[in-house]
Amino acid sequence: MPSPVIPASPLPLKIQHLSVSRRGKPLLDDVNATISSAGITIILGPNGAGKSLLLHIAHGLEVPDRGSLTWNQDIPKPQEPWRAFVFQKPVFLQRSVQANLEYVLSLHKIAKARQDLLIEQALQHTGLIQLSKQSARTLSGGEQQRLNVARAWVLEPKVMLLDEPTAELDPSGVATMEMLIRKIAQLNTKIIMTTHSLDQARRLANDIVFLHRGRLIEHTPAKVYFAQPKTRLAADFLAGKLLDTD
Amino acid sequence: MNDFSQAFQKALQLIIQLDPDLIEIVALSLQVSLTAVFIAGLIGLPLGAALALYKFFGRGLLVAILNTFMGLPPVVVGLVVYLILSRSGPLGALGLLFTPTAMVIAQVCLVTPIIAALTRQTVMDANNEFHAQLRALGAKPQSMMNTLLWETRYSLVTNVFAGFGRAIAEVGAVLIVGGNINHNTRVMTTSIALETSKGNIELALALGVILITLSLIVTSAVMSARQTAHKIYA
Repeated sequence: MPSPVIPASPLPLKIQHLSVSRRGKPLLDDVNATISSAGITIILGPNGAGKSLLLHIAHGLEVPDRGSLTWNQDIPKPQEPWRAFVFQKPVFLQRSVQANLEYVLSLHKIAKARQDLLIEQALQHTGLIQLSKQSARTLSGGEQQRLNVARAWVLEPKVMLLDEPTAELDPSGVATMEMLIRKIAQLNTKIIMTTHSLDQARRLANDIVFLHRGRLIEHTPAKVYFAQPKTRLAADFLAGKLLDTD
Repeated sequence: MNDFSQAFQKALQLIIQLDPDLIEIVALSLQVSLTAVFIAGLIGLPLGAALALYKFFGRGLLVAILNTFMGLPPVVVGLVVYLILSRSGPLGALGLLFTPTAMVIAQVCLVTPIIAALTRQTVMDANNEFHAQLRALGAKPQSMMNTLLWETRYSLVTNVFAGFGRAIAEVGAVLIVGGNINHNTRVMTTSIALETSKGNIELALALGVILITLSLIVTSAVMSARQTAHKIYA
């Protein structure tokens, strides 16, 4: 899939000497990368590689100890409406599907008339329009994850960050979610998502950021990554040989 | 045992006949405790929420004090309020001692820590659940607090009723600051104590039955409200 270009872009995402450690243990260690192409960037790596942490920093939810991460030279703050974050396990308010979306729009002071339009659009895209009056917490796992995406999408963000969005889903839920993610990317929203699934990365990625134990091992176009990995670690990971333990 | 069943029958008669003395006592009880709980809620709900959400110097100490005060012996609270309101006390000039107002004040002191401590726990649990998600959605501290209070509204109401349960059932504080004066500061619990010691078991039992029934009504109302909410919102 050729990468479309996002107009008036928050890109490039520049990561420079980014380091985070907790209790003396380095979680991210001098990570450097520049992400400037649109499409889907997959942050790939085994558990504990620092993928989620990197994504949290990209949304301003965590602050690095050293180094910097900037969107078109700006340090991220969670309130910025052009960027949305999708958690692996969503938490919904004890309200209807529709009210959960209204909540986000009201947080960002979107006028009521426009809210209805945006909500309908987001529900259409995610196939939840029939469930709009149902309580969000009574949805099935797959539906909840679609609502999670709808809630991120409703503000029409330029960038969507997804943290292992399919980790809790069954195979058909995974397929639906991947279709949705592709659709969002096609509609010119930059996608950056984490996964530990090679297959998923193969199906979705335009480019791959490969992390291992807090270090960036490779950042390459997906085709290159899967055809001829540049590093030994990446090759091992592809061959299923990379273990978390020492 | 026979005495007991006779007394119980007479008690039920008093209730069914809507005995005017009985009504007066019940009405004053409700008036005092509801007023106290209303005021305690106005103080305790925001105080508890603030303790859950804001970090400030001395917060830990305040929480410890609050949790200790949850179990304050009513007689001690009564004594302290008595000293403050008595003629030689700092607020003696107001002449509030042995009035329903004094009883309200004592019960506010008893109930506020309960409501505040329970509210703190409720809001803190909700904050643990929602904080990261709401922040990621772009909520600023003020709207985050509003959301948490709204999401926990059923639990908060339950907390307030727990405070009501404490207020309506306690005897020590209202006895000391109210004085159990007939037609003036006599409430259910003080009457039960008095009538029992006078051997007037019928009235005492009637009041006991009413007190328990009231608690039952309040508790079931709260439970059914929670269940309905749970059905709707899961």
